[in-house]
Amino acid sequence: MLATSHNFKSNVHDALVDATLQKALGMMKTGFQVKRAQAFAKLPEFEDLREAAKAIKNHTLEHLDFYLETFERNVVARGGQVHWCRTPAEARETVLGICRRLGAKTVTKGKSMIAEEIALNDYLEANNVVPVETDLGEYIIQLRKEPPSHIIAPAVHLVKEQVADAFRAHHTDLDPGRALPDARTMCDEARMELRPKFLAADVGITGANFLIAETGTSVIVTNEGNGDLTQTLTKAHIALASLEKVVPTLEDTATILRLLARSATGQEFSTYTTLSTGPRRAEDTDGPGEYHVVLLDNGRSAMLGTEFQDMLRCIRCAACLNHCPVYSAVGGHAYGWVYPGPMGSVLTPSLIGVEEAGNLPNASTFCGRCESVCPMKIPLPRMMRHWREREYEKKLSPAPYRTGLSVWAFFARRPALYHVMTDIATRVLGFFGRRHGRFRTLPLANGWTQVRDLPTPEGRSFQSLWAERQRKKAA
Amino acid sequence: MVSDQPARVGLFVTCLVDLFRPSVGFAAVKLLEEAGCTVEVPRLQTCCGQPAYNSGDKADAKALARQVIDAFEGFDYVVAPSGSCAGQIRSHYPEMFADEPAMAQRVQHLAKRTYELVSFLVDVRGMEHVVARCAGVVTYHDSCSGLRELGVKQQPRQLLASVDGLTLKELPGAEICCGFGGTFCIKYPEISDRMVSDKAADILATGADTLLAGDMGCLLNMAGKLQRQGKEVAVRHVAEVLADMADEVAPMGAPEKR
Repeated sequence: MLATSHNFKSNVHDALVDATLQKALGMMKTGFQVKRAQAFAKLPEFEDLREAAKAIKNHTLEHLDFYLETFERNVVARGGQVHWCRTPAEARETVLGICRRLGAKTVTKGKSMIAEEIALNDYLEANNVVPVETDLGEYIIQLRKEPPSHIIAPAVHLVKEQVADAFRAHHTDLDPGRALPDARTMCDEARMELRPKFLAADVGITGANFLIAETGTSVIVTNEGNGDLTQTLTKAHIALASLEKVVPTLEDTATILRLLARSATGQEFSTYTTLSTGPRRAEDTDGPGEYHVVLLDNGRSAMLGTEFQDMLRCIRCAACLNHCPVYSAVGGHAYGWVYPGPMGSVLTPSLIGVEEAGNLPNASTFCGRCESVCPMKIPLPRMMRHWREREYEKKLSPAPYRTGLSVWAFFARRPALYHVMTDIATRVLGFFGRRHGRFRTLPLANGWTQVRDLPTPEGRSFQSLWAERQRKKAA
Repeated sequence: MVSDQPARVGLFVTCLVDLFRPSVGFAAVKLLEEAGCTVEVPRLQTCCGQPAYNSGDKADAKALARQVIDAFEGFDYVVAPSGSCAGQIRSHYPEMFADEPAMAQRVQHLAKRTYELVSFLVDVRGMEHVVARCAGVVTYHDSCSGLRELGVKQQPRQLLASVDGLTLKELPGAEICCGFGGTFCIKYPEISDRMVSDKAADILATGADTLLAGDMGCLLNMAGKLQRQGKEVAVRHVAEVLADMADEVAPMGAPEKR
C-alpha cells in the first residue's frame, strides 16, 4: 500500500469535510467504548490480567529467538513449514511460490493486517491469482478497492447505503431491483456470494492472533466463521504473522485471550477461536493439505532493545483506536497507511520511517486515553514522544515551529528577562484586548485564532502583581 | 479536618496563569493559606518545560526542568493550579533524568512533593469544604493530565459540593480531551477545532451557566471556542470559585464592564 502519511494534514481536511464519513464515525463513537466498559466492569481481575499479559509478552520479547525457533520446531514436527521473511517482498514471493506450486487460481482470505502490510492482494492479482476476501468488512472494501480504515472493523468508515451500492455494482447476477435495507440482508447476500468461492478456492490465507511456541499452533479469532472455512477447505493453509505474535504456551494464549475480545468488541470471547496445528492428518476428516506459516519481520526485530520495544506487545485489539478522540474525528484512512490510531502512530514510523510518517506521532494531544485502555499497558503517548525526539534530532519538524520553540525557550531559560518580557506582553495584550475581552485575530497566533477566540490576559503578570504585593506587605 | 501541621509551599504559578489569569494564582494562594500553608512564589520559575518536552526538544526541556528543580529546592510541597504542569514534574521529570544518577535523587524528591492544587488541598491537607458562594449551575471538565496522570477526579467535586448556591451538573464525556493538547492545537487546528466543537456542544447540552476546569490550557481553548460561537457560558478556573472570588473576578474572555 502506497503510504500517504506525509499528506496527513490534507487527508485530515478531506476527512473532516466528508459528511458521509463523519456520519459513519459518529455511529461508532460510543458503541465500542460502552461495550468494552461493560465487559470489564464484570471482570474484577482485569488489572491483574493486564499485568500478567504484559509480563508474558515482555518475557517472550526478551527471548524472542528462543520462542520463534521452538515454534518452528513444533510446526515442522507436525508436518508444517515456517517461512522466515525479512521484508514484505520476501513474504509476497513466498505466498505466490506456494500458490504457483499448487496451481492455485483463487485464494480465499481471512482477515489479516499483515496481508495489508505486504500489499498481498495487488501482488497476487498482478500474478494471475485471484484473492477473495471472506471477512464481511474486508469483502466490502475489496469490492470498493480501498484499504481498511480500522484494524478490527475494516469498513467502519462506511454507512450501509454505500455497502448496498457496492453490492449492486458487483453482484450483477442478482436482481438489480432487490431490496437491501439492512445489515442482515446484505450479510445474507454476501454469504450466498462467498459460499461457492470457499468451495472453489485452492489456497486459504489467514492472519494469526497468536503463534504458540510449545505446540506449533497458530490461532485466529473471528466472529463470522469465515476463517475456518478459509483454512480447512483448501489444499494449503497459509498463516501470515509478524514475529511478535509468538507466545510460549497455550496457557499464555488463554490469559491474553481473556483480554483480547473484551478490549476489542466488549465480547467475553469472540464467536470463533480457531487453533490450527499442522496440515490434515490421515485420521482427520477435513483440514488443509499443507500448513505454512509466513513469519514477517519487516523492521520489527530492529525495534527490540530500543525505546519502541514495548510496542511489540500489541495484540491488535483496537481499543486505542476506539477511544482516541483524534481517530474518531478523522477516521483511519487519514493516517495514510495500514495501521491507524494511536498504535499506528507509534508503529507506522517504525515500519515505513519517521520521514514519511512523522505527522502521526505529532497528531496527539497526549490525552492518555489510549494508554489507559490498552490491555497490554503499552505507553503509547511516551513512544509518540520518542518519535518526536527522533524527528527533532533529525530536524524534520517544520522550521517556523522550531524557530518559535527556540525563541520561547531562550526567554523561558532566563527568568529575570522572561518576567520583564511577560509583564510587558500582558500589559500590551491586556490594554488592546480589554474592551472586547478576547481577540478574534492576533498576529502570529493564527493557528489559535482561525478556529477560536483568544481570551484577553488580565493585564498584568502574576509575578509582577505578586512582587508588588510583597513590597506593600514589607512597607 | 484541615491538617494543623504547618507547611511551607512553593507555588508553581504555571506560565499560562502568570500570563493570562493572575487571579487564579491569587485564588490558589488564598486556598493554600486557608489550608494552613505559608506560600512563597520563587522568582526563578518560568515554565515547567512541557512545550519543549512534548516537541522532542530534550535539551531545552531538561534545562527548564533543572531550573524548576533549583527554584523549588527546600519547600515542603510544590503546588500548581494545573494537573498538566504538576503531572509534568511528578511523572515526567523522573523519566527525563533517568540516565543521570547524580540528578535522580533531587528529581525524585521534587516529584514526590509536587501536587495539583485541588488534590493537594483534599488529599494532603484534608480540606473537606470551602467557605464560598457562587449561585448557579456549573459543569466540570476533567483535564486529561490531572485525571489520568494524577487521579484528580472526585477532589474538585467534593469541594464544589460545599460551595453555597452552586449546583454541579455533570458533563457527559467529561473525561474526553477538549482538543487543547499544548502545541497540538496550533499544529493541527482542524482536528483541535473538531474536538473543541464537540466539547462545546456537550457543555451547552448541560444547560450550565458556568464551565469549570483545573487547567488554564483547556480553559482558554474551551472559552475561546464558546466565545467564537457567541455562547454565553462563563468559563473559570475551579480555584476561583473555591476561593470565593467569582464575584470579584470577571469570567475568562468577558468584555470590560463600563
